Amino acid sequence: MRTLFKTSYDTDINLFEDGRQAFWYISLIIIMAALPFLLDDFVLGEMTSLLIWAIAGMGLMILVGQTGQASLGHAAFMAVGCYANVLLQQAGLPFIIAFPLAGLISGIAGFLLAMPMTKLHGIYLGIATLAISILADDLIVILSPLTEGVRGLYAPMIEIFGVPIDRYGNPDRFYYLILAVALLVVLVYRNLLRSPLGRSFAAVRDSEVSARAMGVNIARTKAVSFGISTAITGLAGALMGHYAGIFNNETFNLILSIQLLLMIVIGGLGSIHGAFLGAAVITFLPQFISGIRDWIGGFFGATSATLPGVETAVFSAILIGFILFEPMGMYGRWLKIRTYFELFPFYRRDMFKRQKSYLKTERMR
Amino acid sequence: MDVLQLFVSGLANGCVYGLIALGFVLIYKATEQVNFAQGDMMMLGAYITVGLTNAQFLGWPFWISAPLAIFIMGVFGYLLDMFVLRRMFGQSQIAVVILTIALGFVLRFIAGLIWGHEPVSLESPIAGKDVRFGGLVLGLDEIVIILVTLLLTIALYFYFNRTRLGVAMQASSQNQLAAYYMGIPVKQVNSLIWALAGAVAAIAGILFASKGSIDPSTGLLGIKAFAASVIGGFGSLPGALLGGLIIGLIEPFASRYITPEYARVLPYLLLFLILIFRPHGILAQVHSKKV
Repeated sequence: MRTLFKTSYDTDINLFEDGRQAFWYISLIIIMAALPFLLDDFVLGEMTSLLIWAIAGMGLMILVGQTGQASLGHAAFMAVGCYANVLLQQAGLPFIIAFPLAGLISGIAGFLLAMPMTKLHGIYLGIATLAISILADDLIVILSPLTEGVRGLYAPMIEIFGVPIDRYGNPDRFYYLILAVALLVVLVYRNLLRSPLGRSFAAVRDSEVSARAMGVNIARTKAVSFGISTAITGLAGALMGHYAGIFNNETFNLILSIQLLLMIVIGGLGSIHGAFLGAAVITFLPQFISGIRDWIGGFFGATSATLPGVETAVFSAILIGFILFEPMGMYGRWLKIRTYFELFPFYRRDMFKRQKSYLKTERMR
Repeated sequence: MDVLQLFVSGLANGCVYGLIALGFVLIYKATEQVNFAQGDMMMLGAYITVGLTNAQFLGWPFWISAPLAIFIMGVFGYLLDMFVLRRMFGQSQIAVVILTIALGFVLRFIAGLIWGHEPVSLESPIAGKDVRFGGLVLGLDEIVIILVTLLLTIALYFYFNRTRLGVAMQASSQNQLAAYYMGIPVKQVNSLIWALAGAVAAIAGILFASKGSIDPSTGLLGIKAFAASVIGGFGSLPGALLGGLIIGLIEPFASRYITPEYARVLPYLLLFLILIFRPHGILAQVHSKKV
């Protein structure tokens, strides 16, 4: 067990807790940077997909994990980011300008939409965002002259300062681009948490009443959180558009919104690790399932018949298991295991036990 | 005449939405949990009936298999609460929402595994028969749906407000701990309400499957029904029916007189506007506490 001896106020908000932690994270970044030399193109593509999911997950995590506002409609903002990015590029802007602009547009869209919704909380907010997700799907079809509706749009090839980046042509460059964006988002996320704004997010999440008593403007905080969250999600959407190559209204449907939410819950709410772990599950689960299927098929005289929806079902079953037995997600489990070894043999079973709360209606105020 | 026919079929559609919404509201009213799998439970109820009744599966008589399916779904609801939802005591509402969404995906997969993904319709005695009033031709199924829904809503309304168990259910929702102190077996009451919701889902499923055809993703209809229950006022039984009827009526008329694309958007646009301007729905259930 290590104890941190705090010698200045900054110790509380340092980027890394201590040198050891910094060492591990920096080695992780180095390994991530070396991956294109170690993996073949297919696995590298999967890793790219993982990073895109993780960016989207971090976007949603700011809203759900940090501010405590559940959204079932973040695919809509991925769509906004994706369409804005491609349409701006079609209008002649280079990727390096169109991409941040797409994030900005999606952030502003989220902020404006959140303004009237700040009064809603809990389940009502979930429903409103659900409606947004469905509306976005239909809106893309209605705006066909601009968005090509059902036929879909093609993402143009990215070119940064004359260097062409193509998902299939040179997957390593595409991977580095996504890795850079992901690292930037992680930095923004970490710094946000250390700032007064991030602290007020946590205050709103833990208790709106006490947050208001401490002088936090609840409505503004929620709207800002929504804006930041949708901006990051919009960036992920733009990247996903480039990753998929072609996309239409179906690409960013309600199921994607729900998957995003399920993903960060599996990973563990309220941590960057959670977004990455959840993204890893959602990316590698299909491979894993098809591997298992082949393995079982080997016993029963190979049947390669695919079961529609098996990925989603297994994913959902895993999620149900997590919510019932480990509500803190994969990262929460890891924290428990780590604490067990750090404190060995003094770990107690109910160290992470949450306080039970009994239900009172929302309909009586 | 044409308008009237459109009206009745919209009404019948709305009643199905209303029935699913009724399931949402039942569970919400009694446990404050939101069951996103209600649409999928309807789908499951419909499939169980189809599996028992249709000639290609078991081929039992409808009047045996329909009550049996309703009973099975009731037991399913009870067990679901007993083994899964009860563990969610004291967790946030959103956790329950996420859990039930995931549950819906699993149910959809299981139904697809057992009964296949081809759309099927129920061979029930009310399917495909016509009733004539003067020059008006109405489907028997539509009339039955409207009648059953009305009766069920009235029955449940009185059940909640007049019977001991109904009032106990309301009490356990308003304050679990206080209800427990008053001697209400909160756990059993919660399981019973899930059983009731399962049975209502099965009834909705049977009616829906004899009106049209079902496939495993029919459960996504639940989202529309969900919109209905919010429009009507979440937590209000007549509100659920009202919301269902509003959505059911908007759809055919909007796709007739405006374009189908806009007709698809309208229910959700209405939902969004209602949430912003009247967050607790048309028949609001929020009362301020008397001090």
